Amino acid sequence: MWRYIASRLVIAAAMVLLATLIIFLIANTVPGDPVLTQLGDVAANNPAIVAAYRHKWGLDLPMWQRYWLFLRGLTHGDLGISISSQRPVIEDITQYAPATVELSTLAFLISLLFGLPLGVLAAMKRDSWIDHVARAVSLVGVSAPTFWLAFIMLAVFYGWLGWAPGPGQIGSDQFPPPDVTGFMLIDAPLAGQWDTFWDALAHLMLPSIVLALATMGLITRTTRAAMLETLSQDYIRVARAKGLRRRAIMLGHALPNALLPVVTLGGLAYAQLLTGTVLTETIFSWPGLGRYTFQSAVILDFPAIMGITLVVAVVYVIVNLIVDLSYALLDPRVMRR
Amino acid sequence: MTSPASDPALTDAAMSALADVTVSTARRRWLRRYLLPAMGGTAILAWLLVAALAPWITPYMPDTVNVTGRLAGPSLAHWLGTDELGRDVLTRIIYGARTSLTVGFTVVLVGGGVGTLVGAVAAFARGWAEEILMRATDLMFCFPPIILAMAIAAALGIGTRNTVIAMLVVWWPKFARLARSVVVGQRSLEYVAAARTIGFPPIHILFRQILPNAVGPLVVLITLDLGNAILVFAGLSFLGLGVVPPTPEWGSMVSEGRELVAQWWVATFPGLAILTVVIGFNFVGDGLRDWLDPYARRR
Repeated sequence: MWRYIASRLVIAAAMVLLATLIIFLIANTVPGDPVLTQLGDVAANNPAIVAAYRHKWGLDLPMWQRYWLFLRGLTHGDLGISISSQRPVIEDITQYAPATVELSTLAFLISLLFGLPLGVLAAMKRDSWIDHVARAVSLVGVSAPTFWLAFIMLAVFYGWLGWAPGPGQIGSDQFPPPDVTGFMLIDAPLAGQWDTFWDALAHLMLPSIVLALATMGLITRTTRAAMLETLSQDYIRVARAKGLRRRAIMLGHALPNALLPVVTLGGLAYAQLLTGTVLTETIFSWPGLGRYTFQSAVILDFPAIMGITLVVAVVYVIVNLIVDLSYALLDPRVMRR
Repeated sequence: MTSPASDPALTDAAMSALADVTVSTARRRWLRRYLLPAMGGTAILAWLLVAALAPWITPYMPDTVNVTGRLAGPSLAHWLGTDELGRDVLTRIIYGARTSLTVGFTVVLVGGGVGTLVGAVAAFARGWAEEILMRATDLMFCFPPIILAMAIAAALGIGTRNTVIAMLVVWWPKFARLARSVVVGQRSLEYVAAARTIGFPPIHILFRQILPNAVGPLVVLITLDLGNAILVFAGLSFLGLGVVPPTPEWGSMVSEGRELVAQWWVATFPGLAILTVVIGFNFVGDGLRDWLDPYARRR
């Protein structure tokens, strides 16, 4: 058990180290020149300014030295300074992360809430109408472009019906609560601003539903496939032979075992949500990491891009680690291999 | 007393009624199983035709600006209305099919080919080569595809070719993983040992003996991925990291119309185009997967 955990931890650490190298190489060997995009034409034609600028950002050092500096900075949480906001990248990221975490967590909960039961039902009533509806719904959910869905939802529920608030995290009539945790849904009640809390929750609904649709399809499909696989096992036949009720077989015997692949999917789904946020946040003017990533990418803010890619890669590695470990916990056979 | 069987007319009627019943259940079963894939296949074929015949389908050009007729709603002259520059939305969607389909096929076939090669060679070579190649693949899985593709696309500069390159960088790993797992399943089977004994060179064994047996799962992934690639490219274009502006492209068309809620047709129809083509590939891929999977086929 401990050996398995230790080996997983070592692998994860090695992955993170290699990821830093890849990110560094991408940011430093590409032809795009941040100097030109940042300085503008006039300044870029003045060699003295360009040289001073390169020196200031360490762009004149040899490659390995820059990588060493980058790594050394990382050990004390220094991701460099964003060229556009002139602030440490780590500060930008910690400022924008809570909004994204709120959004993707709610989206994840919504997709689980609808995806799991739909998948179980589809497997229980295989080839019935509900199975076909589940299949069609999940395929459409996976196929619809997130940015387009976001536009449609905004146009219908905000522009046309007026049921939902517009883009942004809170309405313009609300004051943001004092920053304690950075999470709007936690800070607002802490400050006793319940109006702001409900307003923020209302603003969360549309973007998280848009985000949830694709993930929901994925979860439905996986749950259905896993349930069908489990239902063909011998122990289900035994349970049936014992005369157990259908409900007891489904919920007591089949579902717990079918959940294994769904746990693995949890990591994947979370990854999907993170990439989905780039598009969703851009449309909903959501002050989160997705929009920050997009804005940094467009103006070639390399420290910011490197920082965000690294942070997300680390999150990926951690999520995968958790998935691996929980898998081992749920199914002890995994560790023996 | 005549038994029903001895009456030829009655038997015939019974038989044909019986035949009708079986035909209709067979047809229903066929429909149930193949309706979605068939619909998907039709959608893909239709889009391929539209892309190929674009200049013959529409009387307009995709980049003809007509400022006086800008933002006109759907009408007989402009079935899907016009955009902010008075360009015909339907025409731009039709020409946009060329961009999307070309990019989709390029990314998936090239990226899938490279990935398959990496995975198959890794599984076949075993030892340290397999270890290195598969660790490299694992490493690529640490990065969220869209974010990495965004970073690369932004760094290379905006343009269709650069975006395709960026997508290729993030595209191969899943094919490598799948190809490896399929080849691992095949490599210790007897026909491979037999081919070795006969004295076939390793390259021949891998490409002519093993890979043909591994084609099924790869074809499913390719089909599902075509839709995915089109979706990702549209997303990058939507963010302004895809095509250069006058080029008609579905993702950037949605982006151009996203503030125009009253002129809903500008953004809605290009999105529907993406949806239909991606659903097409997903329906077909889904059907292929069922068809190739003996467990699913049993019933």
